[in-house]
Amino acid sequence: MTVAPKREDYDVVVIGAGPAGLAAAATSAEAGLSTLLLDENIGPGGQVFRAIATTPVTDRSQLGADYWVGADLVQALRASNAEIIHRATVWSLDRNLDIAVSIGGASAFVRAKRVILATGALERPFPIPGWTLPGVMTAGAAQTMLKSSALVPDGRTVIAGQGPLLWLLAAQILRLGGRIDRILDTTERGNYFAALPHAFAFLTSPYFAKGLSMMREVKAKVQVVSGVTELSAAGDGQLASVSYVAGGKRETIPADLLLLHQGVVPNVNLAMSAGIEHRWDDLQLCWSPVLDANGSSSVAGIAIAGDGAGIGGANAAVVRGRIAARAAVEALAPAVAAKLPSMATLRTDLAKAERGRMFLDTLFRPAPQFRIPTGDTIVCRCEEVTAKDVLDSVAIGATGPNQLKAYRRTGMGPCQGRLCGLTVTELMAQARAKTPQEIGYYRLRAPVKPITLAELAAVPKSEADVKAVVRG
Amino acid sequence: MTRNVDAIVIGGGIHGCSTTLHLCLAGLKPVLIEKDYAGRHASGVNAGGVRQLARHIPEIPLSIRSMGIWEKISDLLDDDCSFESYGQVLVAENEEELAVCRARVAELNALGFTHEELIDAAELQRLVPAVADTCPGGVVSRRDGAANPAQTTTAFRRKAQQLGATVREGVAATNIRYINGLWYVDVGSETFAAPVLVNAAGAWAGKIAAALGEPVPVETVAPMLMITSRVPHFIDPVVILRGRKLSFKQFKNGTVLIGGGHLATPYQDRNETVLDWESLATSARTVFELFPVMRSATIVRAWAGIEAKMKDDIPVFGPSSRHRGLYHQFGFSLHGFQLGPGAGAVMAELIVNGGSQTRVSELGIDRFHPSTL
Repeated sequence: MTVAPKREDYDVVVIGAGPAGLAAAATSAEAGLSTLLLDENIGPGGQVFRAIATTPVTDRSQLGADYWVGADLVQALRASNAEIIHRATVWSLDRNLDIAVSIGGASAFVRAKRVILATGALERPFPIPGWTLPGVMTAGAAQTMLKSSALVPDGRTVIAGQGPLLWLLAAQILRLGGRIDRILDTTERGNYFAALPHAFAFLTSPYFAKGLSMMREVKAKVQVVSGVTELSAAGDGQLASVSYVAGGKRETIPADLLLLHQGVVPNVNLAMSAGIEHRWDDLQLCWSPVLDANGSSSVAGIAIAGDGAGIGGANAAVVRGRIAARAAVEALAPAVAAKLPSMATLRTDLAKAERGRMFLDTLFRPAPQFRIPTGDTIVCRCEEVTAKDVLDSVAIGATGPNQLKAYRRTGMGPCQGRLCGLTVTELMAQARAKTPQEIGYYRLRAPVKPITLAELAAVPKSEADVKAVVRG
Repeated sequence: MTRNVDAIVIGGGIHGCSTTLHLCLAGLKPVLIEKDYAGRHASGVNAGGVRQLARHIPEIPLSIRSMGIWEKISDLLDDDCSFESYGQVLVAENEEELAVCRARVAELNALGFTHEELIDAAELQRLVPAVADTCPGGVVSRRDGAANPAQTTTAFRRKAQQLGATVREGVAATNIRYINGLWYVDVGSETFAAPVLVNAAGAWAGKIAAALGEPVPVETVAPMLMITSRVPHFIDPVVILRGRKLSFKQFKNGTVLIGGGHLATPYQDRNETVLDWESLATSARTVFELFPVMRSATIVRAWAGIEAKMKDDIPVFGPSSRHRGLYHQFGFSLHGFQLGPGAGAVMAELIVNGGSQTRVSELGIDRFHPSTL
């Protein structure tokens, strides 16, 4: 079933139906604002609550209590008057708050008085030798299959990397009867000391008890190798083995599936293509939008909530969604805003939800050798550009990611830099002895997700004249 | 501290870079000042068409001069600029358009220009088999082709630097003034002084000219382009249409560039453009009709570069009509890329020799001077 937006103009358009988007759309619609929620997936939930309304997993303990929180958010949204469209890919947003969205192969244009971007996070690239081999995938992709289809690995499986989601996925796979042969923990030993000053906040946060019990649960069933300092995948056209170095010793183990994960980073593509200013976050090692306390960006009328505003996790995302929506209500329907929870209350909630984040960010800050590859390791998968290719281009005058396009076409493929952008920025920064902020990022342009020529051709005709002008 | 150089070139587009390089070749020590980086705007993000075809008559001599340089671009720059020459074809979609083509070629021939050649339906089908077979013919310019614009502009900048040019990127030229026979320009904390100043600042050049007392009818425009995912190879020449806004080019890697001059809204002060998807949809419809093979291709990215367009659509090129030592090179009006190499060579001749064998007299800024109106 294909549903086009009912109107051309909305008070608020929310993009993304993860925790932030669900909360924002419900708040905005409950306050009486005309609200449209556009979401790319087949149902609500985003990644963290993926398939919350449809998952075949019925034993609640298998996915964990945190997962089922999503059901309440969905219920609140559905009780509101928000218009919700799934399988809706927003492919353009500009500073006039004009939005182009593809729904079921047809594109529509809508305009909003306020836009709340809740496009969430992406997994950080993990560019090790062999990461492009079939049989190597991201932990997030594995989790998507697990949540939507209850599919778990049954071949020889190695999970490598670090971060809370890695442990969560491992626990979920095991609970559903999946196989994990070994976990290779790449957390840097020094990070434990660096994180120590933030430990108190973490110990008193809800993450601590949950995280600890999950790690215990996994470690009871799987051999975990910590302090991994080198990692590579090998095979002839298909993953056959994983090699690693831990404690100075190299080991190679056979494997059919390697799941890689070293944290998530804001999904910035739509926001950047709208011209929103971003800055390099040196702790989270990613680009984050420049936002005020209400989540408002540098482009008037566009706010960002959830992990797209800087990684904060699902609980913080929900509160950020409410804050951004409340700000929209204050601007568009001030009389109604008084009935909503006050900003002060929301900010207290946010502080609580963000407790322990510094500790996690510091502990799970990925090591340089797993972010900045060398030699023949592929950086850009779309154009098959290696680390050496990038360095060679720097040597003959490429100064930043946009200049690099002229030499190597990096970032010009269909992924628009999602899989290489951070790597290219950090690699060029290292090569040129500059900060990532100075090096910058790709200029991103619509369509943020590809659309077919036929779909664009089917867009209703404009009044524009067709005076022939040829160009050189 | 003031540094004396032989010439100051403002603007790191292909024109500023080419002029800087040719001044170096003539033995001068120029400085090139670019507020962003070389090729940041129109010069780096245009369609890359290397086209003599369908040009305004006053700029044809410059275009022909440029073509000679393009054909030996590797010798000049040690970089092939991804230049390739499969010709450019102007397609007439009906007999009326073909009649216009016929008259145009006759007019050029009468003026002694032979680069444009009238073709019939059979030759059109041979050159562009994918085009709809209802098209009765068109015009071909066989030496034309295309190059990678960012690679080319970067290569000019790099070669100029190798030959001794000083390059300042990321800092705007400010406080332009003429004192006792020298032009002074501030660049951040530096000041440069030279007897020669070249205004090649693209979309920003009109303001510089106006500030120096030579206002011209110029506007800032941002022609849009879009590129598709890879499709099987089906076309070699660049194709443009006689009657509709479309230019069309398939690269070696299979991607197809679709342009034609539909305009985005430029936000010059922010270095930004906002695309007009309804106009791009018009381009998509034209491609959809003419090249059925393209229907399932996906649009991967669209963009626009900021540039200057003159009221009469031809550039401002040559010495100032008011100031000694000042030269203008801007306003290329959506078709400046191919002219870059030749314009740099001719500009260097005007500066060093006071004249050039290449006829550019109709491009001067004096055509807008109140006394000539």
